[in-house]
Amino acid sequence: MSVSVQEEDFDAGAEIAALSHGRTEVGAVATFVGLVRRGNADSGVQAMTLEHYPGMTEKALEGIVADARDRWHLEGVRVIHRVGRLEPGDRIVFVGVAGAHRGEAFAACEFIMDYLKTRAPFWKREETPQGVRWVEARASDDSAAVRWDDIEMRR
Amino acid sequence: MTIKVLYFAALRDALGRSEESLALPPGVSTIGDLQAYLADRGEQWKAIEGGKSVRAARNQRMVGSSEPVSPGDEIAFFPPVTGG
Repeated sequence: MSVSVQEEDFDAGAEIAALSHGRTEVGAVATFVGLVRRGNADSGVQAMTLEHYPGMTEKALEGIVADARDRWHLEGVRVIHRVGRLEPGDRIVFVGVAGAHRGEAFAACEFIMDYLKTRAPFWKREETPQGVRWVEARASDDSAAVRWDDIEMRR
Repeated sequence: MTIKVLYFAALRDALGRSEESLALPPGVSTIGDLQAYLADRGEQWKAIEGGKSVRAARNQRMVGSSEPVSPGDEIAFFPPVTGG
């Protein structure tokens, strides 16, 4: 199973090991781990709750992984996204990509994160000293995803 | 001839409901039509016509406002996503 949406934490080391286990054609595993950041001390985040759209979330993530596999020759992909209440320092998301060489592994890992940020139906609600607030989407996330449209496919 | 409509995150909070079933109203054939119909329910429903701050999905796939709506569809409205 390449995609998981779950409340539980994940073991990044075990996920990395699984991506190349028994696979001597794998020469590179690139990973990204996203964490809950507190921000500054005065207005910092005390906790956040991640909501999602069950059913669509899994389909969206599987679609993003399929797009990455269309662009690059990949040996393995793993995406884990947590939901529910998380505190600063907690892991939120894991993306791991195995390939023959580092080029496609690095590129596909970044591509998956950029698309996840704009296409997967997750929403963050932060608890701060000033109260509870929904996180606003950033234009920079849209431009990060759009730039892949201009990048020629590399294989 | 009903559709299921879901609302998520800040939009759900603004509208005060998370889900409903409704008979496909006469004259509603697209996502944009449905937003206009819902916005006519009252002041708090104006939020459903939020332009770029409201996104839509039809049967769990993101779509634009010109996407058709058919009986049996699951339609969702939500703010721009903020995962990762």
